[in-house]
Amino acid sequence: MELLVFVLASVMVLAGAVGVIAYRNPVHAALGLVLTLFGVAVHFVSMEAHFLAAVQVIVYAGAIVVLFLFVIMLLGVDRAEDLDVEPFKIQRPLAVIVGASVTGLVIAAVVRGRSTLGEMSDAAAPGDDNIRALARNLYSDHVLAFELTSVLLIVAVVGTVVLTRRSRRPEVSQ
Amino acid sequence: MTPTTTWYLVLAAVLFGIGAVGLMVRRNPLVMFMCIELMLNAVNLSFVAFARAFTDIDGQTAVFFVMVVAAAEVVVGLGIIVSILRNRPGATVDDLAELRG
Repeated sequence: MELLVFVLASVMVLAGAVGVIAYRNPVHAALGLVLTLFGVAVHFVSMEAHFLAAVQVIVYAGAIVVLFLFVIMLLGVDRAEDLDVEPFKIQRPLAVIVGASVTGLVIAAVVRGRSTLGEMSDAAAPGDDNIRALARNLYSDHVLAFELTSVLLIVAVVGTVVLTRRSRRPEVSQ
Repeated sequence: MTPTTTWYLVLAAVLFGIGAVGLMVRRNPLVMFMCIELMLNAVNLSFVAFARAFTDIDGQTAVFFVMVVAAAEVVVGLGIIVSILRNRPGATVDDLAELRG
């Protein structure tokens, strides 16, 4: 059963990821991203990270992808990109080679070091235990980082408003 | 046969590789941002796998912070993209070379 869930969710993740880089239209790429994010959320559930799975669906699939789609709509860049045009001839094969090498290196490192990981503990945690443990960790050990997060979000919001504001003065807008 | 931590880590590595290739191949700035999200998700997946392998909740806390920073990064990045593409519609990242020395 767990194997079936793993295989199905992995197929979702990989198909969505390939869709993101292969679709010409940015809207279709965003929908591929949604598929990937849902697959990762399924993996989170199967690894007992229930709170993170909920946050993944709400924040990533809910907020971030909708933001992407809004920007695509706002800018009208839903024209399909011509993937046949290559400014640098060697860029695409080189990118595939580099990506495959990095992936191969990481997989080799993981496979070599798998003896240090040991077996997964099969202790089935109760449903709300994950949230409780996460909250205790977040609000005791990492409380300063948690508070700084709010500063980060405020700065991001103010910065974005300043960036996208249309200037009233004509000499500033070129 | 149940999936072990190694399987999740291999899946995360493949997802990271796909995101990296997309980042290097695509020229639409929005799609490049989506590829960065793919790579962040790959790292999140491996964090949660490690958190389960070592029964240490710190890994999930790290994922929480990664998500917050990713959200802030997307907001700022999309703001920059909007302000650039408003002046020059249809610009790809190859056209944005004003700061080149």
